[in-house]
Amino acid sequence: MKELLEIYISFFKMGAVTFGGGYAMLPILQREVVEKKQWLENEKIMDYYAIAQGLPGIIAVNVSVFIGYARKKLLGGVAAALGVVSPCIVIISIIAACLSNFQDNVYVQHAFAGISVCVCALILNSVLDLAKKGVKDAVGIVLCVVTFLLMEFTSVSPVLIIVSAALIGIAAKKIMLRKGTKESEVQSK
Amino acid sequence: MIYLQLFYEFFKIGLFAVGGGMATLPFLQALSQKTGWFTTDFITNMIAISESTPGPIGINMATYVGFNLTGVLGGIVATLGTILPAIIIVSVVSRYLEKFSGNPLVDHVFYGLRPTVTGLIAAAGYDVMKVSFLHIGAFLETHAVADLVDPVKLILFVVAFVTIRKLKKHPVMYIAIAAVVGVLFGL
Repeated sequence: MKELLEIYISFFKMGAVTFGGGYAMLPILQREVVEKKQWLENEKIMDYYAIAQGLPGIIAVNVSVFIGYARKKLLGGVAAALGVVSPCIVIISIIAACLSNFQDNVYVQHAFAGISVCVCALILNSVLDLAKKGVKDAVGIVLCVVTFLLMEFTSVSPVLIIVSAALIGIAAKKIMLRKGTKESEVQSK
Repeated sequence: MIYLQLFYEFFKIGLFAVGGGMATLPFLQALSQKTGWFTTDFITNMIAISESTPGPIGINMATYVGFNLTGVLGGIVATLGTILPAIIIVSVVSRYLEKFSGNPLVDHVFYGLRPTVTGLIAAAGYDVMKVSFLHIGAFLETHAVADLVDPVKLILFVVAFVTIRKLKKHPVMYIAIAAVVGVLFGL
């Protein structure tokens, strides 16, 4: 019990000081979990990150559950996940409560009009970063464009698109591998 | 049973939003269309706040939506819904870690997922743009460029985008500057 509480508190502290998710949390994790608590080695955390990106869900939460699980199995994972999200619940609730009182203020409205333009630029930035890492060949371009068009002009659910994309990925790779082995067979003859 | 629905909807987001952070955006947009719980305007405010406060963005967005719907308890329910799939999936994967990390099937799945997630987020971003400064609807009716885009906003967008790409500073800085610009120019 004491150890679970320790996990919760550690992750609470990290959640409170990490701006943005994903890799923004890495240096903070290294300091707290590797150097201070010495719960595990640095390489393990890098492994967790690599796998966490391949799983659904929020990356920072996934990594936290991995570390908590390595410490104390399922309950450790739960303690870590709850710890890392608790500060969000507190902070966002306070901001949302304050904001609803100021929403009709003219200056707040102007500020948010400016902010919304900046948010568009931030989203475009993420899209370009993702495209650089993920859209590498014709299959990728087709998947990306078709997804965009489906989302814009139909009301297909993103869940359905994600599931289909996973299946298409498996099928496309299978076809490519089969072609690849045939070609290498031909070459070896 | 709004809490049950809230939990279920965010459980789905936690289960299917692959790629972290902005990946929850298209799901939130679909949710707003389906339930009418919030508008696209609300989503931009939410992104700005989520990017400017500590904590993972996906979690901040869940708390924000839940809180605005029913208060503190709504924020807690939406957040728990989002993290429950992570707890289940990661716990299972932790048990079979060695097998999982070397599995080619995982690579193949991601070969399909990565470009698709890019397309999903691009579409969500385009919708936000249409609300924020690119008034395509008005332009199609009048064919007047003045109706399409406000020049100050367009300049702000271009300058913000270029500095974000070049400087790589924390988003909270750009958001703060954009807020000041918004007030000064009465956007």
